Amino acid sequence: MILDIIAILLIVAGLVFFLGAAVGLVRFPDFYSRMHAAGKGDTLSNLLVVLGFAIHELRHFDGSADVIVFCKLLAICAFIMLTSPTATHALMDAGYEDGIEPVIGEDGENALAADRKKP
Amino acid sequence: MLYRLLIFALLMATWLVFSGLFDAFHTTLGILSAAFVTWISSDLLFADRKTTLSRRIRQAGRMVHYLLWLLWQVVLSNIDILRLALSPSRMKEVQPRIVKFHTGLKSDFEKFMLANSITLTPGTITVKILGDAFYVHAISKHAADGLDGEMERRIAAIFAEPEPKGAEN
Repeated sequence: MILDIIAILLIVAGLVFFLGAAVGLVRFPDFYSRMHAAGKGDTLSNLLVVLGFAIHELRHFDGSADVIVFCKLLAICAFIMLTSPTATHALMDAGYEDGIEPVIGEDGENALAADRKKP
Repeated sequence: MLYRLLIFALLMATWLVFSGLFDAFHTTLGILSAAFVTWISSDLLFADRKTTLSRRIRQAGRMVHYLLWLLWQVVLSNIDILRLALSPSRMKEVQPRIVKFHTGLKSDFEKFMLANSITLTPGTITVKILGDAFYVHAISKHAADGLDGEMERRIAAIFAEPEPKGAEN
């Protein structure tokens, strides 16, 4: 019973964060800030949803359990934690190399562009 | 030798979890494959064999502690994004910038961990690493101020431990 509730809560929390990521993707001003929403939102929400599934595998609604599937889902969580930030980083770098100009805020600076201009 | 046993055990555990079959035939296949892989490529994992195993275990313990802290930071980061995205008044706070800082971390693995951790924490993404300079895209001034080096200290603390004499890589 308690495991069921935890699983449902985790999955619903994951969905809420997915919503935040999707709205952020539309509303943020440029490519780089959109990657903030896409890169981070997806990491945590994927993690939460998969964790919810894993806990559901420990105790199905009919009381049966599948520990092997639980371990496999945990492995998926580990790989998401490793690969998602790396992919975000690779996309940011590719975007910069491709010449997409970042939007810089009023009191902001662009240290990378400043350093590139130096010989 | 101890390292080979450890690698064999890790490979075997992975095999068992991913196959899910525990009969004699499949387990024998697993033992053969794990032994073969350990034999031909065990030196790819844990490059520095001079580090004692007990030190590795202590590092792994601190690593788990760090990952739990990181997970909490990831939750904070997502709440931050959620609030920025959903409330109209807070869109004004989105003032992106790219800041630069130098790190004292030496090994590639530590830099990799720092870069990934920065990407996962509130409002900051690593764009580029050139030598020891990190270029970080921050979504607001508040997020850029958060890069005060606490994360770097924590990562350095995982691996920092007086090296035994002569064990310098």
